[in-house]
Amino acid sequence: MLYADTVTSGPLVHKSGTIIVLMVVVATLLFTLFNLTGTIFGELMRPVIGEPAESGLYGRFATGLVVAILFVLNIVLIGFLKFQFQVIIVWLQLLVLFLAFFYGFDLDFNFIRSKVWFMVSQGVFTTLYVSAISIALASVLAIVGAVAKLSSNGFAYAIASFYTSFFRGLPLLMQVYLIYLGLPQLGYVINAVPAGILALTLCYGAYMTEIFRAGIQSIPKGQWEASRSLGFKFGLTMRRIILPQSLPLIIPPTGNQFIAMLKDSSLVSVIGVWELMFLARTLGNKTFQHMEMLITAALIYWALSMCLELAQGRIERHFRTKSH
Amino acid sequence: MSENSPIIEMRGVNKWYGNYHALRDINFTVNRGDKIVICGPSGSGKSTMIRTLNWLEAHQEGEIIVDGVHLHEKMKDIDKVRMEVGMVFQHFNLFPHLSVLQNLMAAPMWVRGIAKAEARETAMKYLERVRIPEQADKYPGQLSGGQQQRVAIARSLCMNPKVMLFDEPTSALDPEMVSEVLDTMVSLAQDGMTMVCVTHEMGFAKAVADRVIFMDAGEIIEENEPVQFFENPQNERTRNFLGQILQH
Ligand SMILES: Nc1ncnc2c1ncn2[C@@H]1O[C@H](COP(=O)(O)OP(=O)(O)OP(=O)(O)O)[C@@H](O)[C@H]1O
Ligand SMILES: [Mg+2]
Repeated sequence: MLYADTVTSGPLVHKSGTIIVLMVVVATLLFTLFNLTGTIFGELMRPVIGEPAESGLYGRFATGLVVAILFVLNIVLIGFLKFQFQVIIVWLQLLVLFLAFFYGFDLDFNFIRSKVWFMVSQGVFTTLYVSAISIALASVLAIVGAVAKLSSNGFAYAIASFYTSFFRGLPLLMQVYLIYLGLPQLGYVINAVPAGILALTLCYGAYMTEIFRAGIQSIPKGQWEASRSLGFKFGLTMRRIILPQSLPLIIPPTGNQFIAMLKDSSLVSVIGVWELMFLARTLGNKTFQHMEMLITAALIYWALSMCLELAQGRIERHFRTKSH
Repeated sequence: MSENSPIIEMRGVNKWYGNYHALRDINFTVNRGDKIVICGPSGSGKSTMIRTLNWLEAHQEGEIIVDGVHLHEKMKDIDKVRMEVGMVFQHFNLFPHLSVLQNLMAAPMWVRGIAKAEARETAMKYLERVRIPEQADKYPGQLSGGQQQRVAIARSLCMNPKVMLFDEPTSALDPEMVSEVLDTMVSLAQDGMTMVCVTHEMGFAKAVADRVIFMDAGEIIEENEPVQFFENPQNERTRNFLGQILQH
């Protein structure tokens, strides 16, 4: 949370100025951009505007105005609630709006129902284990890379900085192709899944090298001096003193990377790994029901990311309470 | 080894930071059991000198011999030397992610390979020694400055060092906390610990020091017994310096 001052001026949405402005803006937008008479709102307004389809500009204006009033009323009421309830209700309302948007696509839900279990069991499983293995390997790579980048050894620094520069500089999709198609040229045939894991590991290892380097560098020099003066060797100092202290700084961006990787793992679908994206594209192919499968996959990705966000929040809180 | 054999010797030591000549031809010897106080104006090289004694800073010319070992760039095992030389810093440098007890047990267990139970016992012994056994399970961030510095002293003592180095251990503390740390140091001196202290606490120097060293501009200007040093300083610069700090 940001710094909260002791003086507050009350909720913004309870000021008459805000309410009026909001009201005018929303009503104008609704009136000019949407004709709501054809929707459920027009139907509800039938006693006032008569047959919705024939109500013309008047009907359109009246419906827009009423919806705007309802909208502002809703916001003002939410303004009275406590923070937690505000968050929950606004989340739910946005979610409903969002789903209503998809609902408007006229999707074939039976088709979705028939495929969703396969997508979850096969696709989610593959996506998760490819990402999890990659992030674990990338973390190891990142520690080595970070130490190399901070070392005074010219070879180590050169190799590490070349590595981060190269793998951060190339599009991930290209790396996936290079590894999958390039390694066989060298006489080393590699399966799709290991190729995907290798590409993700190398790419994210490069990003995370920078995260770890910043984390390690943020620990004051005094910690090194105290450790060395007690007879700690380099590795011991790193493992027991420096890394544990940089974890609270490393974990938030690493969680971020993990969430990004979850979705970037969709890029390995191009080499035929049966993860979520691959299934979303192929399952819808036969019957041309692409939208159904893509939206389902999108929601599954989102659900997975939310789980990770929650997990990340918990881990962060754990570390925040431990080191005062 | 006899009681009075040297534990630390510096012979003709010179040190540069780039072009800046930080230590100029330093010669001095610390015998076992000696208590030495080093003082001098800011920037005179006191920290630099005391930090070369366990080679947190490297010197370029001359010889530094600690417990019979020559310190130099190619040496195999600097850690062997550092284990025997305790160091207390101005800003404590406790490990904030470890509890007080863990701070004390860390080096004995991880460096000396002492069993946990024994390390804990030693740690508690020294926490009682610095009179804060009740803080054992707190984290450094929850302690006052004076308490933190006493934990830092105890942390060094847990390694059972042959000599203790102090670099302005009280100058980051509020006045009312200075005495609790100085008391700890005095009692350590009375128990016969070999000590090299950079400090401007002249009361401490008078009470326990065998010799006081005055540094200026990277040189040792004067070295004498406390009584002589304070009552009859030989050098002009020493007199000026003493005049300044004794006014306060
Ligand atoms: N890492 C460094 N790089 C370059 N110059 C340094 C470095 N450390 C110290 N110096 C310089 O060396 C000189 C001596 O510094 P030192 O810290 O030993 O002084 P000091 O006597 O401990 O002073 P104070 O009482 O302020 O702690 C100073 O002029 C300082 O600017
Ligand atoms: Mg200093």
